[in-house]
Amino acid sequence: MPKYELVLLKNMAQPGYTGALDEYRKTGGYTAFEKVLKGIPPSEVIELVKKSGLRGRGGAGFPTGMKWSFIPKDHPGPKYLCCNADESEPGTYKDRQLIENDPHQMLEGIGIACYAIGSHHAYVYIRGEFDLGAEIIQRAIDEAYEAKLFGKNIFGTGFDLDVVLHRGAGAYICGEETALLESIEGKRGKPRTKPPFPATHGLYQKPTVVNNVETLANIPYIINRGPEWFASLGTPKSAGMRVFCVSGHVNRPGNYEVPMGITMREMIYEHAGGMRGGKQLKAIIPGGASAPFLTQEHLDVKMDFESIAQAGSMLGSGAVTVMDEDTCMIWAAMNLMEFFHHESCGKCTPCREGSAWLLKILQRIEYGQGRMEDLDLLVSLSKRIEGRTVCAFGDAEIAPVLSTLKHFRQEYETHIQERRCPFRPNVVLAMAGGH
Amino acid sequence: MRLKVLSDKAKAAIEAEFPKYPDKRSVLLSALHIAQKEVGYLSEAAMVDVSELLELTPVQVYDVATFYSLYNLKPVGKHVIQVCKTLSCALVGAGQIIEHLQNRLGIRVGETTPDGLFSLKLVECLASCGTAPMVQINNRYYENLTPEKVDRLLDDLKREGKSAMASGPFQLPVLGGKS
Repeated sequence: MPKYELVLLKNMAQPGYTGALDEYRKTGGYTAFEKVLKGIPPSEVIELVKKSGLRGRGGAGFPTGMKWSFIPKDHPGPKYLCCNADESEPGTYKDRQLIENDPHQMLEGIGIACYAIGSHHAYVYIRGEFDLGAEIIQRAIDEAYEAKLFGKNIFGTGFDLDVVLHRGAGAYICGEETALLESIEGKRGKPRTKPPFPATHGLYQKPTVVNNVETLANIPYIINRGPEWFASLGTPKSAGMRVFCVSGHVNRPGNYEVPMGITMREMIYEHAGGMRGGKQLKAIIPGGASAPFLTQEHLDVKMDFESIAQAGSMLGSGAVTVMDEDTCMIWAAMNLMEFFHHESCGKCTPCREGSAWLLKILQRIEYGQGRMEDLDLLVSLSKRIEGRTVCAFGDAEIAPVLSTLKHFRQEYETHIQERRCPFRPNVVLAMAGGH
Repeated sequence: MRLKVLSDKAKAAIEAEFPKYPDKRSVLLSALHIAQKEVGYLSEAAMVDVSELLELTPVQVYDVATFYSLYNLKPVGKHVIQVCKTLSCALVGAGQIIEHLQNRLGIRVGETTPDGLFSLKLVECLASCGTAPMVQINNRYYENLTPEKVDRLLDDLKREGKSAMASGPFQLPVLGGKS
């Protein structure tokens, strides 16, 4: 038996559960949608979500109810809801599981969200690589139309809703909400300058809410079990359960749904089965590649938005990447910098050019050609990227560099003094040019 | 309208997308997926066809096609092997898988085998970090790989054009922690 009562992963943990509509309905699926449509005014639905304390599960942790309340009520034209299923943050694979094993949770959440903000059009933006996920969502959408849960006059209440699946085509940046909107509009996925914000000028310049898969999947349970129940889970400022994705050097990598606020020690040593081969833990990235590295000293930090921020990192997408004592930190930072360099959309010069230079400097240190002054150069270069880009990508790309320098400066110095990598990774991965 | 390379079937598939959006341009990503599936890659002629159907200029189509990594602007092998090289995979052996694939196929990353059967690419995180290392081949994932499994996989693809080793819906690991 799991230690905590599962919510989003509960149905799929039952043997034989496939996530088909009739099975989801047997577990109480779509009763929350019916309940709100038949008897709770939209403004009250928003209040319930506000009261629950639900914060976005995509990375930024913005309060969901507040996001919904920014949508102008008296807007005459169409309004849109976009479900962000572009899961691409390195280390993160929870949405993929939620989509492939129980897609109707998310779809019911979409229905309730649309009703709350007064939208009749929803787009599910799924990353292009999720071919299986796209098939599964399309099948689920078709089932919902057939059962008259989507379409015209839902539950006889006069509420209409169309839900469309939109496939991306390979670009990390499309997970950024305004880049996602550009991509639906058939353009390059480049983030927009804000303001104006999507709440007033979003998809096709109309009021738009963008919510992550896991965020929306939580909505039906908040309606059915009450905001007090949700707020009682986790910590006062980080309410609810969270599906954390553990990967790297642990015995049992996987998605673990636990209340927010458990320690990283519990997550890694209890749930994920501890370190592979009994090795020492060296570094943890607690919230996806955009989150600064933490170390063994931080094992007792609680996994909620505030505690992780206080420790100098961020909870982000809930992706916990664990590295053991044999991992070279310069190699790890270089690997992530290859990622950021490849995925920078190119719109802002500091991010585009900065990622190339950060990568070059890390490469020369890792391959034994670094100079001591490179360490100050990494810092000054990072400071010239930070806060000078249209979206948060610029701040994200400097996280692995600055945090490894902060916690593992000695390791950088050793590489430079000895003119080699003391860890000698068994295979040196091809560099960014190899894509 | 006379199309250069796209069939009536592809044209109909693209046009079936129109009612889903308030404008035709929003169909562009889908249209390029459909065109690529039919032609095998995005040739200039295919992009011109798409531009005509969507009432865009060819350069508007080219601009978008060159931004997204799933669109191939050059011919590729029958099976495009995309190896995830990002940190979670790299920590548990992606490098070994890449080396092994290069040796077995006799090509380097970015190349296609002379018989046109396999292309080898490195890609960034595919959200399979708990089941690493992994590759995506065409539209399916292959996870928890070892060099031995890669050998079996390549043999399957050569012999039958597909493999039963492809991942189905997400496999559950231990859920919610042990009691």
